[in-house]
Amino acid sequence: MIWETVRLSLRSIRRNVLRSFLTLLGIVIGVAAVIAMLTIGSGTTQKVKADISKLGSNLLVVRAGRPAGPGGPGGLDQVVRPLAEKDLAALVAHLTGARAISPASQKQVRVIFGTESLTSGVTGTDSAYLDARDWKLVSGRPFSDSETRSGTGVCLIGETVRQQFFGAGDPEGEIIRVNRTSCKIIGLLEPKGYTGFGQDQDNVVLMPLHAYQRRIAGNRDIDNIYIAADDRTPTGELQPRVEDILRDARRITPDRESDFGIRDMTQIADAMASATTTMTGMLGAVAGVSLLVGGIGIMNIMLVSVTERTREIGIRLAIGAHEKHILIQFLVEATVLSLLGGIIGILIGLALAGLAAVTLTIPFAPSPAVILLAVGFSALIGMVFGFFPALRGARLDPIDALRHE
Amino acid sequence: MGAPLITFDKVWKSYGQGEARVHALAGVDLAIRRGEFVAIMGPSGSGKSTAMNIIGCLDTPTAGTYSFMGVDAGRLDRNRRAMLRNLYVGFVFQGYNLLARTTAAENVELPLIYRGVASRERRDLAMQALAQVGLVGREHHTPAELSGGQQQRVAIARAIVTRPTLLVADEPTGNLDTARTHEIMELLTKLNRELGLTVTMVTHEADVADYAERTIRFLDGHVASDTANLETA
Repeated sequence: MIWETVRLSLRSIRRNVLRSFLTLLGIVIGVAAVIAMLTIGSGTTQKVKADISKLGSNLLVVRAGRPAGPGGPGGLDQVVRPLAEKDLAALVAHLTGARAISPASQKQVRVIFGTESLTSGVTGTDSAYLDARDWKLVSGRPFSDSETRSGTGVCLIGETVRQQFFGAGDPEGEIIRVNRTSCKIIGLLEPKGYTGFGQDQDNVVLMPLHAYQRRIAGNRDIDNIYIAADDRTPTGELQPRVEDILRDARRITPDRESDFGIRDMTQIADAMASATTTMTGMLGAVAGVSLLVGGIGIMNIMLVSVTERTREIGIRLAIGAHEKHILIQFLVEATVLSLLGGIIGILIGLALAGLAAVTLTIPFAPSPAVILLAVGFSALIGMVFGFFPALRGARLDPIDALRHE
Repeated sequence: MGAPLITFDKVWKSYGQGEARVHALAGVDLAIRRGEFVAIMGPSGSGKSTAMNIIGCLDTPTAGTYSFMGVDAGRLDRNRRAMLRNLYVGFVFQGYNLLARTTAAENVELPLIYRGVASRERRDLAMQALAQVGLVGREHHTPAELSGGQQQRVAIARAIVTRPTLLVADEPTGNLDTARTHEIMELLTKLNRELGLTVTMVTHEADVADYAERTIRFLDGHVASDTANLETA
């Protein structure tokens, strides 16, 4: 009986292909939008989380200057007292719960090998930096403590730098020129790709802090101090400790604000993920409105269908159909119609999300739960909005219905 | 013949309220026995269509009692009347009333669907009924591919496929030419004789009414005359 009815409804949908398709459009667009939004949204969230964890989760970054806004460095209105080696020494001596503490000063500098040149992010740091950033070497070795201390001209390079200068060749032992100083390559960093903000994380050169300060920066400042928390210590707990130690080291009296900022990468990751979720939710709500409009379209077309087929309903009632038979017939028709729209919508939505995944280089993350939900929801729309027209058909008086022209 | 199949006991059917109240039937008494072939005649507005609707359990009296097979059908709800129609009544209409773009066989199967008959059995019964009305080989034609007379045969097959007790025919030849009219009337007469099917038929034409054994004439909501026809065939 139900199978008969489904077949019947498919046939009646087929009879009015264009009309059925136009009716479906609302549902198709609504479902496609929901599916595309949620799929792209969850892909973006995954991407952002992965990016932030590439930056290093459980990571605190200390910067000179008063924090303006959530974690940013201070404005230009204040004279910034840079971080110095004694600040780093204080942290190394007193901070508990840290796995690695490392200074880093950075600058975009022209790097030259032979006739080739490349503008690269050059960082002066120490041997703890790799640990703090959770970076690994593919080959070679990190700086030794004595190289760090004396500021020897050695460096580690990223994959982009290697490709630019050496193609497929082995860079180890080669000498490159960084600014006006030369520096021997002792290791190659593992490739990390681009950040979500479009920054090439492999276009880097690491060198000992003292070498950088002396030969490139020309001062003894430290731009950032990276502090990686150990496994047992949440960054939220570590942050006030860092602040206390640094205020002490920099002799800031309790009545004054800190002249440095501490950024918590975990917080930034969470904030970005939740911003994405909020956006996804809002766009989803807009798509929901489209579904409502689609439902009203279904109701409209079912009313037309019931009116058009009044005589058919009359015949069916006369030869012994019960009210429920007519009700079920039109309910099934509305449900099949909107389910069809839902399925088409899901396919289009997934295709759009797939396209977006390729162009935005985010992971394609379709959620079976969301797809099932969309199927269920579109069926529900058919039932809800099909009910009133179906009931109207079922309640017809067979005599009037038979007389209908 | 035992108890009548159909009994009208002071049946009234009224529409409207107060001053505007109209009586389509004004206290009709009537009895039709099993196996009879009855023609119902009368000018429009005489109440014959209303009487037919009540006979076919499509409508209920405002007052009085309509009993069908000993059941007080006038007091039954919609769904019970639908069940009575499905089990015991077959309908043939002036305009055939077949489902468009649906094959003859599928049209004939329709009442069986509402009876819950399985698909294979439905197909067999539909084929038998189509054979009874002389439409073998036309099973897969849609109404648009059939002539008026053939469409009416499909409608008759649909009416008898459930092996009903009563056939209600509302001007079955109204849309047909003379030759087709006589073919259809021969068919109804044959079904009445061979299957013992009780036939009630509304008609405007005297020569169509002559096929029946009995003619009831309605006028202004009353039975004006009720006469036995001389055996013609």
